[in-house]
Amino acid sequence: MSTTTIGILGAGKVGTGVARQALKAGYRVLIAASGDPKDISLIISVMAPGAEAVTAAEAMAAADLVVLSVPLHKFRTLDPTALSGKLVLDTMNYWRDTNGDMPELDEAPSSSEMVLAHIPGARLAKSLNHIGYHELELDSRPAGAPDRRALAVASDHDDTRALVLEFVERLGFDAVDAGSLARGAAFEPGTPIFTGSYDEAGLQAELLAHAAGAEMDLTPAR
Amino acid sequence: MELGVYSFGDVHQNPVTGATVSSEQRMADLLERARLADEVGLDYFGIGEHHRADFAVSATVPVLAAAAAQTRNIKVGSAVTVLSTEDPVRVYQQFATIDLLSGGRAELTAGRGSFIESYPLFGADLNDYEALYEEKIALLLALNEAGRKEESITWSGKFRPALDDATIYPRPVGNDLDIWIATGGTPGSTVRAARLGTNVIYALLGGAVSSFARHAQLFRAEAEQAGHSAKALKVGVSAVGLVAKSGAEDTFYPYWRHLMDGISRERGFSAPNRISFDMQTAPKGGIYAGTPEQVAEKILLTREHMGHDRHILQMDLASVPQKDVLKSIELLGTEVKPLIDAELGSTKENKA
Repeated sequence: MSTTTIGILGAGKVGTGVARQALKAGYRVLIAASGDPKDISLIISVMAPGAEAVTAAEAMAAADLVVLSVPLHKFRTLDPTALSGKLVLDTMNYWRDTNGDMPELDEAPSSSEMVLAHIPGARLAKSLNHIGYHELELDSRPAGAPDRRALAVASDHDDTRALVLEFVERLGFDAVDAGSLARGAAFEPGTPIFTGSYDEAGLQAELLAHAAGAEMDLTPAR
Repeated sequence: MELGVYSFGDVHQNPVTGATVSSEQRMADLLERARLADEVGLDYFGIGEHHRADFAVSATVPVLAAAAAQTRNIKVGSAVTVLSTEDPVRVYQQFATIDLLSGGRAELTAGRGSFIESYPLFGADLNDYEALYEEKIALLLALNEAGRKEESITWSGKFRPALDDATIYPRPVGNDLDIWIATGGTPGSTVRAARLGTNVIYALLGGAVSSFARHAQLFRAEAEQAGHSAKALKVGVSAVGLVAKSGAEDTFYPYWRHLMDGISRERGFSAPNRISFDMQTAPKGGIYAGTPEQVAEKILLTREHMGHDRHILQMDLASVPQKDVLKSIELLGTEVKPLIDAELGSTKENKA
């Protein structure tokens, strides 16, 4: 069985946190910041030992799954050409205190759809955004554990969906298919899913509640 | 190892009793805490800024100056100064002045702040979040460097007028201001502090006591690589907690819960509950509430992970009553500190 390669863009809290857990799960992990890999080699050797610091171009080219973990307001620095046709996981959220005002968000139903508009060729999924980066480690459990936490995956592409569902499972969580990328709005900041912590049944119920609310054009009550 | 307390002059309506405390009364409370912390031998008294209704302190400097005037040995410092919305020249002058007033006990901890209210107040653009901080921390350190060498400074940047062969007065005691950088855990912030060669303090606000073990390791490695002596640089931890002979957890919980409810509502975090609180007050969790023995054990456990030199606690979350805060300060000094000193075998080390 060949090893799946995860290419992470962003060497911050989330990027290094995902890298650590992916390494534990047996993936090959490449990680890139915006500049020279040498600038982050020490960060990576301490925060995610075993991951390889590379350029963003190398990470995107070599990865089976590209993970986006840059500050959301830098999404325009993502290279649409390099990401075209790639399987891509968006872990980012809008967070005004660091992202500043982003008027373009008003026109998108979810931040992932705003990102997709910039990288239209990417085969995008949204997940891992509704768990804290430190919880990725603290809440990770083996399959079948009674207190295993569930995480949602939304995508319009079956190949990306399958790969990300497997990725989430191997990180130590029950992966729940939330449906199309647009359904990712159900687990953006401020939603019950984002602010809570659920097992598989609980997460599915919240996703259904959100879908029903969306059809009735209602925001589910908290 | 240094122990201390810090506060933002919290004036939330008391979530248990509904009582309110005026900002005027809270200032008196803060000074009473500073005097007690000094008396019981604590090492650090910090005041941080918020620019919102629930807090009495937006201007840390006068509070620190008053605290300095009423104490003898304790270090007084900002926790933190939101440098992004300040003029580093003025900040340097103000802290140099407190240093002179206090016989060299002033410290400045710079940070970006976890709230952003000061940005619109002072005309800073959130879109410059990174650039503002980069420029201002660099200028502040350049000013301190110039002060150390008793030199003038020539500088230009984007966010304040250029300095042309300017000498900044007054200079602090010994011509050197003690400057720390505060961070919430972005690896890049650790790297920045290490490369700049400043002390660093981590905001360990819950989670696990081991949360910043890798960061501390990264800080030392990066500092060495940048040519600084990692041993000469200090690592600190700021955390929340309360010390009591019994029932500290039960006393602390409703206040912690009230504050976390508000923050999670505002930011869309997971809502807290008693289960998550109990996990964090357990021996490996990042809330330092308990008996003096429990809190000492937990600080020592944190030290095993991080090798840190200073541990400071915010005790007055959401207006924990003054009597509980005072008792907690007393116990931190009279019981927790001796337990830690005994364990580390270094009662003299911190008294230089």
